[in-house]
Amino acid sequence: MMNPSTAMAKAKSSTNAGSLKGQLRRAERMKRLKYGALILPLVVFLLLTFVWPIAALLERSIENPEIVDAFPATSALLRSWDGRSLPDDSVFAAFADEAGRIKGTPLFASAAKRLNMELPGFRTLMMRTARALPVEAGTSARTALVAADERWDEPSTWQYLARNASRYTARYLLASVDRKYDDRGEIVRAGDDEAIYVAVFRRTFGMSAIVTVCCLLLGFPLAYLMATQPTKIANVLLIFVLLPFWTSILVRVAAWIVLLQSEGLVNQALMHLGITAHPLQLVFNSTGVYIAMVHILLPFMILPLYSVMKGISPTYMRAALSLGCPPFRSFWRVYFPQALPGVGAGCLLVFILCMGYYITPALLGGPKEQMASYFVAFYTNQTINWGMAAALSAILFVATLLLYMIYSRLVGHQDLAATAR
Amino acid sequence: MLTSYASPLERVWYYALRVICGLVLVFLMLPLLVIAPLSFNSDSFLLYPMSGFSLRWYEDFLFSPEWRLALMNSCIVSPCATLLAMLLGTPAAIGLTRLDFPGKALLTAILISPMVVPVVIVGVATYLVFAPIGLTGSYVGLILVHAALGVPFVVTTVAATLQGFDFNLVRAAASLGANPLTTFRCVTLPLVAPGVISGGLFAFATSFDEVVVTLFLAGPEQTTLPRQMFAGIRENISPTIAAVATILTVLSTLMLITLEYLRRRGERLRGETRLAAN
Repeated sequence: MMNPSTAMAKAKSSTNAGSLKGQLRRAERMKRLKYGALILPLVVFLLLTFVWPIAALLERSIENPEIVDAFPATSALLRSWDGRSLPDDSVFAAFADEAGRIKGTPLFASAAKRLNMELPGFRTLMMRTARALPVEAGTSARTALVAADERWDEPSTWQYLARNASRYTARYLLASVDRKYDDRGEIVRAGDDEAIYVAVFRRTFGMSAIVTVCCLLLGFPLAYLMATQPTKIANVLLIFVLLPFWTSILVRVAAWIVLLQSEGLVNQALMHLGITAHPLQLVFNSTGVYIAMVHILLPFMILPLYSVMKGISPTYMRAALSLGCPPFRSFWRVYFPQALPGVGAGCLLVFILCMGYYITPALLGGPKEQMASYFVAFYTNQTINWGMAAALSAILFVATLLLYMIYSRLVGHQDLAATAR
Repeated sequence: MLTSYASPLERVWYYALRVICGLVLVFLMLPLLVIAPLSFNSDSFLLYPMSGFSLRWYEDFLFSPEWRLALMNSCIVSPCATLLAMLLGTPAAIGLTRLDFPGKALLTAILISPMVVPVVIVGVATYLVFAPIGLTGSYVGLILVHAALGVPFVVTTVAATLQGFDFNLVRAAASLGANPLTTFRCVTLPLVAPGVISGGLFAFATSFDEVVVTLFLAGPEQTTLPRQMFAGIRENISPTIAAVATILTVLSTLMLITLEYLRRRGERLRGETRLAAN
């Protein structure tokens, strides 16, 4: 900003009103530049370390570069092929030429791997073909390829190549909603052994919904009590909420394993009370995941609830009661509607955070409790299938983004941090 | 407040609410209380009743090479990430509160989004992009992403502090002849510092407890404390983990106390300036 005294002096020295306007505009522009320069480094930083990687990952979900990169000329020819009869000699020649040039390179291997995903056995076909290449002088490419493996004589083999001859594909995204292309290139339901992702997403959203409801049921009474107590008591209660909130998630997971194991304190107590004769299996199954998730996310429910409830004046309830409305009815009709923004904020926050959780189910759950995040990690670490990892990420990301948009419409950005405080 | 004319139903509800809240508090606090004593247990089972007192698990933590490496790495990565987040986040928060422009809401939403995007996505995405340029298995890559995850806390906390900041104070200082640097040092900084430090504490806690991105980005040489704990819990949960957990709990309690102190100090200072303004 321009120093006010110098601005004034300059304004005085000019007799022209237009130039005063100009100076104001210039001062405004200076301000913009100055504060813009303060924001810019962070914007650039996040673009490089956060936005760009995520954009690259999302692009991966529709990318299909293996065949185009390995066989560019063949791909170009196959794009204009009718797909019914065998392709003509020029395609055979181009393929034999390109395959012969890149055989033994990672480019060839990744193309073979990619085709094997479409049709098991394709890798063997490619390896056998590679051994017969390059084509000896005098023989045609067609004869040589068919001699290497007679499957080259079938149009269906070429269809797999042709279907992957473009740089982008909806294959991975379709697979993550249990759909696939059939032999004629139409979208159909995937077979039962591949169709697992709809169930995974249903489980992810279902578990998040259950955790959210549990957090609301446990968090609402406590937040209500905190909001109706004198500040001193409320502050002490707040510490009890904030302390677990600040404790490392891994510490809490470890503590729950200790508590819930078959000889742990919870089982000891249950047996002592005569509720059960044998130790219950409470951990490494869905019970353990739910308990730990609710514990981890409960503060995210209590804090927004509390901050809204703190602002509700007790006089409304008193007025309702003094006018003869029964206590529960007046609570439901007068108090609860005022607390609703807090309920909405807390529920959305817990749901958003729960949806993306990875460590808690990974450490406390069995294979049946794994959520979408687990499969993203699985495809990245174990099978290195970037397409599937990216497609599952894309769906999870879009779901998060939509809920986050509703949340920020409802609450605004500042309150996310206010929650944390 | 139970009144003398309350109906029996209200009385029941009054006590029921307190019992429910008591149980919720037990649920919240129990895991924190249960693990610390076991770290002093003399035998190697994480079970009650304890068999005797011993410090062997703390010794194990402090002298085993893996845990020492993990501790050292955490002490390199987290402070660097925090510092970076503070350096980038504080000016951005000042800019965002002082400037209005079209698309500001969208920009703010993007700057805050590392808080809500699932960490697995961040981990996989940064791995995908950082691997070809050699930033995986390096401290630099880890620090950069940890800073990105911590920066929203700095931005929001500093912005919230600035909301209560009276910019007339800066003008007053300038009109009384203070140069911009003096104004910043004597007026702006003392009022904004608690916000910056709180934001920094949040960023530090985020980085110090971060395991998912570390699983993807760090090589064996960059194993951090949470990652070592993750591996430990996954394989075989030992009392050494209880010892680490106890140390971490003490640390987070200290951070919470600092934060609470800063918050109260901020309230007091703002109250005073408001009084002075009147």
